[in-house]
Amino acid sequence: MLDGKQLTISEAHKLLKNKQISSVELTKACLDRIEKLEPLVKAVVTITADLAIEQAKKADDMIASGDCKPLTGVPAMIKDVICTKGVKTTCSSKMLENFVPPYNATVVEKLNAEGMVMVGKANMDEFAMGSSTENSAFFTTHNPWDLSRVPGGSSGGSAAAVAAGEAVYALGSDTGGSIRQPAGFCSVTGLKPTYGRVSRYGLVAFASSLDQIGPLTHDVTDAALVLNAISGFDNNDSTSVDIPVPDYTKCLTGDIKGMRIGVPKEYFVEGMQKEVEDAVKASVTKFEELGAIVDWNVSLPSTPYALAVYYIIAPSEASANLARYDGVKYGFSYQNTDNMWEAMEKTREIGFGPEVKRRIMLGTYALSAGYYDAYYLQAQKVRTLIRREFDSAFEKYDALVTPTAPTVPFKIGEKAQDPVQMYLSDVFTIPINIAGVPAITIPAGFADGLPIGLQVIGKPFAEEKILKVAHAYQQATEWHKKKPKL
Amino acid sequence: MKLSKEQVLHIARLAKLGLTGEEVEKMSEQLSNILENFEILNKVDTDNVPPTAQPNALTNVLKDDVVKPSLPQDEVLANAPQRDGDYFKVKVVLE
Repeated sequence: MLDGKQLTISEAHKLLKNKQISSVELTKACLDRIEKLEPLVKAVVTITADLAIEQAKKADDMIASGDCKPLTGVPAMIKDVICTKGVKTTCSSKMLENFVPPYNATVVEKLNAEGMVMVGKANMDEFAMGSSTENSAFFTTHNPWDLSRVPGGSSGGSAAAVAAGEAVYALGSDTGGSIRQPAGFCSVTGLKPTYGRVSRYGLVAFASSLDQIGPLTHDVTDAALVLNAISGFDNNDSTSVDIPVPDYTKCLTGDIKGMRIGVPKEYFVEGMQKEVEDAVKASVTKFEELGAIVDWNVSLPSTPYALAVYYIIAPSEASANLARYDGVKYGFSYQNTDNMWEAMEKTREIGFGPEVKRRIMLGTYALSAGYYDAYYLQAQKVRTLIRREFDSAFEKYDALVTPTAPTVPFKIGEKAQDPVQMYLSDVFTIPINIAGVPAITIPAGFADGLPIGLQVIGKPFAEEKILKVAHAYQQATEWHKKKPKL
Repeated sequence: MKLSKEQVLHIARLAKLGLTGEEVEKMSEQLSNILENFEILNKVDTDNVPPTAQPNALTNVLKDDVVKPSLPQDEVLANAPQRDGDYFKVKVVLE
């Protein structure tokens, strides 16, 4: 965003450290870009210009005192599902349209300690339920590569903001692909860490056994830098895991000779777009050229069940998590009655949008008397099978490589009326959340100017391996350097 | 399986979720379609397979019971739709 050029975190850091630019200048450049592009892209729910300038001044003080950490003074966009003290956190829902959190999410505290500059809160599908941002109660975000198409979702605002240069990096959340699918659709790098790697404290809960926060960035090095800053055990999240956090940039050697990469055949399904299949296969060939040992014939036979497992487990957990929106403690509240139950039902009728209602209904049904065993318990058992298949694959392979989504970004409105078609756009990202393993999406080409994403999957807490593989690919290719013309 | 309108209304009541008449119609159709896609799971043999509730299999995570200051009452109540002094105000529960 400087003279039209988009900076990575590492590039911005270098300029800041060498005092070739101040954080205030960099922040103003992003804010200008936001002002110019938002009418087209609509990635941001709340622009936090005043706060950003204030934080940039603080960052400049830090830098002047010799304290310039990798993220200090670098403008960031935070998905509007992550609590920011004193700054509205809406989840793109009418229910939380005016909600101002009294505390920061742990990831925000951690980034603030690094000297974060937050330029805005990013649009999303309501409560992170969706694959296109069309479920936002406020507006739909447009894909910077083709404004008539969706940016993916649910972290579509975060992905579009990074692609458009409105921020240098963004945080998203990923329950079934919500970081990786939009990263793929907007041609940026998106990482979903291992379940438990990053604290979920202050992340508004959707499906607690699947949710994970992660970065959306211009390249793999930047993803590693953000992961360094946000990872680690947190007393406030009992599902975060107490495993030491390595320096994730150390593994980025570009050398993947002898690494074992598997290509699961279940991820090349009938109905997927030919150009996507070709681009992903070409990428795998690139890994071979780089010296990796590739097995093209891996099988994860339970993969076809993942979508059904997800659409039972995620709505079930959501129906419990969203029970808190009762109009009493915070959020939208229907007042036009004296009857408590009517007030509660009306609050939820008016406050929630169609997809959120659909999932609450689905989850309530799956957990209700007489159906629990058939749906929820059976889904949890198949979840075990899916996890076991990943576990045994990772005894043989360092990483698995798949497409991120079966197609390039679709048109706004194309799938909005058909929930099942919409759900299918996450078919390759969902199994990863069910197993709780880490995965990263990187740009792998274009079909008629529309981005194609490649997914690299690793075993639990082996982020270093997938970062290494993805980084080596970016050393050998230029896809991640291409930016949309806006 | 097809969800009847009565079933939709029953689930909505369990979820304390108000639905318009149009939403009830739509929900019965759409939920039925989605549930149809779940039938694939009945084919999977899960005898002797334990369920997974969360991926890291952590159990009984405890932390030291340390006294810490709570959030200031005013900040917490700032988002309350209806407030009475230091209380959240609710509608009459018992007539």
